[in-house]
Amino acid sequence: MLSQLRPAIVLFALFTIVTGLAYPLAITGIGAKLFPHQAGGSLIERDGKVIGSDLIGQTFTSEKYFHGRPSATVDTDPNDATKTVPSPYNAANSGGSNLGTTSKSLIDRVKADTDKLKAENPDVAVPVDLVTTSASGLDPDISPAAALFQLPRVAKARGMSRDALNQLVAEHTEPRWLGIIGEPVVNVLQLNLALDALAPAAAAASAEAAPSAPTTDSAK
Amino acid sequence: MTTNGWIQILLYFGVLTVLTRPLGGFIYRVLEGKPTFIGRVLGPVERGFYKLAGVKPDAEQHWTTYTLAMLVFNLVCFVTLYVLQLTQKHLPLNPQGMDNLTPDLAFNTAISFITNTNWQSYGGESTMSYLTQMLGLTVHNFVSAATGIALAMALVRGFARRSGKTLGNFWVDLTRTTLYILLPLSIVAALFLIWQGMPQNLGAYTDVATLEGAKQTIAQGPVASQIAIKMLGTNGGGFFNANAAHPFENPNSISDFLQIILIFLIPAALTNVFGRMVKSELQGWAIYSAMAVVFLAGVTTLYWAESQGNPAFPAMGIDQSAGALQPGGNMEGKEARFGIARSALFATITTDASCGAVNGMHDSFTPLGGMVPMINIQLGEVIFGGVGSGLYGMLLYAIIAVFIAGLMVGRTPEYVGKKIEAKEVKMTMLAILCLPASILGFTALAAVLPQGLAGLNNSGPHGFSEILYAFTSATGNNGSAFAGLTANTPFYNLLLAAAMMIGRFAFIVPMMAVAGSLVAKKYTHPSAGTFPTDGGLFISLLVGVLLIVGGLTFFPALALGPIVEHLSLQAGTLY
Repeated sequence: MLSQLRPAIVLFALFTIVTGLAYPLAITGIGAKLFPHQAGGSLIERDGKVIGSDLIGQTFTSEKYFHGRPSATVDTDPNDATKTVPSPYNAANSGGSNLGTTSKSLIDRVKADTDKLKAENPDVAVPVDLVTTSASGLDPDISPAAALFQLPRVAKARGMSRDALNQLVAEHTEPRWLGIIGEPVVNVLQLNLALDALAPAAAAASAEAAPSAPTTDSAK
Repeated sequence: MTTNGWIQILLYFGVLTVLTRPLGGFIYRVLEGKPTFIGRVLGPVERGFYKLAGVKPDAEQHWTTYTLAMLVFNLVCFVTLYVLQLTQKHLPLNPQGMDNLTPDLAFNTAISFITNTNWQSYGGESTMSYLTQMLGLTVHNFVSAATGIALAMALVRGFARRSGKTLGNFWVDLTRTTLYILLPLSIVAALFLIWQGMPQNLGAYTDVATLEGAKQTIAQGPVASQIAIKMLGTNGGGFFNANAAHPFENPNSISDFLQIILIFLIPAALTNVFGRMVKSELQGWAIYSAMAVVFLAGVTTLYWAESQGNPAFPAMGIDQSAGALQPGGNMEGKEARFGIARSALFATITTDASCGAVNGMHDSFTPLGGMVPMINIQLGEVIFGGVGSGLYGMLLYAIIAVFIAGLMVGRTPEYVGKKIEAKEVKMTMLAILCLPASILGFTALAAVLPQGLAGLNNSGPHGFSEILYAFTSATGNNGSAFAGLTANTPFYNLLLAAAMMIGRFAFIVPMMAVAGSLVAKKYTHPSAGTFPTDGGLFISLLVGVLLIVGGLTFFPALALGPIVEHLSLQAGTLY
């Protein structure tokens, strides 16, 4: 055993230097040179302020914005560190609901969300991704069906024509790569930024109202 | 199920098959010490390593020395990783000020990463400093993978060498695998992944004010360098809690495609290495075909099950049908950019192999959809399998298969020119039986103790499935989870660590004994009575043995979990 100890310790130390320091640091250096935007977390700025990341979803409650999928992420309870409280789109603690298909909590939650959505657009069945939580809780995307479902609400809240919105959604639908790989999706944050760019006045108004505006049925 | 979904799955399988032979040739040349381009570049580094470590690269090792070297190396790995986690608070590269881990969590994580399991009782972005991720976890992603490949080479040499005594040199196999195979492929993959959107930085987490004015803290880190080797080495430990479902850890369907290719890349190529070493590539393709059959059966079942969606949803007015505008199906715990087909494909691959990364939450799969990953792991992760461990596991099943064929015709069985006798069969069965003993034994224990039941996220049969999955995953050295289970308790941390050690080392030692016994045998020329092991009959027999020996053992336990839950789901019973 002792004769194996020296190679074990020395080789482990060498592998640690090569794969644990040289490799990640070199990749960090090269990444920052070649792809600075991505390596930094694909952050986006508006008016000189960082407002999020291309890849990380955000909570949207205002009727003037398209909403993302429900998020099951949690945060530590400020009153009791051993407990957690819901904190949607907590990008410092990713995770899913982990509820199984026969879970009563799942069915109750989905039913409540579905009823709310049906009230704002009773003509169409609710696309399933709009009432199910994503695996990461940070899903930046929704399906094109989920975007189109919200179109009447946003059109009304912004006073925009449905055709104009339809076109905006179409422009922001990322198709499958080469027509084959992946699923077509709409990046919610990008879509909402484009929406604000299209109608800046409405954006200013909504930005004031948004933090306190709950999701209501008033759009119907 | 959609046509596009099937095209994506078959495209994946096609690309994998095309890559198998070229990479197999490269790995064969590297590990047999033949000249390669990369060997000429890095040769001085390799020789420098041996000089410093006092290794004589030409000194071959008997199976006992080879195994001892591997165990001592793993001991050093364990101690250093354990200590690193207990002291990270006082060390550099910790911009978020992460605290030291509790001893039971550090113990569990250290065992987890040295055994190539990467079970995670913690969430990466809320627990680990950047230094621990790099200097600790990334290093073990490399060396635990290299250990697996080295061990597989030792067994293959047992078959390939004639009347020998030794199986190679562990230190040489370990060094060459790390420097020539894992490191160059990881560098290329990491840069590709950054290009696709994966972060790679050492900065603190970013605080942003969202479009609606809320505060959001976005976790950062040296992600890409770890994810490249996480997939290539079938490790699977996520940088973030949500693993490959996190948009930073898997930004789009292209990064996802690369990641699933990386999982199967080396395991598939090793079947070809086996063929080359026993001087018949057809033998390698026979093993490949048996693996492919079970892989395609798994992905078909899982894809079908998840496409069905939740039977309770349509009545509420929810549209679960797949179409041009939405993937439909059971989307709880899945990401929009991956939809159903790619989530099903990923889940099958990650559990066929010993990877355990997830791009969707297995806990939220339909009962039958969630049963497929469980069965994949319970079969011993030999469907391509972990790097190295998949091949040596499948070769043990091949020993059982030819043994059963031998019993049927009353002849001493042979496999690739080596007679399979009582000692090999006994050692093989010892290795294979460790898995159900650990999985079923620990599950039974946890299911009756209050500490075991304390952490369940779901009740009813799905709660039992959470426990069964945890011990299946730990014993199989997979690392994926029905993640609702709160596993960060001393009870689960210690029991799961025990399961991981049994699954790794109690399997390896008898396997190496088989290798040591085989290498000493002389080569037997095939005769008219030899059962051919490179054709369709052998492939069918191997698949049959795998399903019966590996799978049937677990049927009663599966009946209590996913099967009962499936029937409840159809009957509309909720828990």
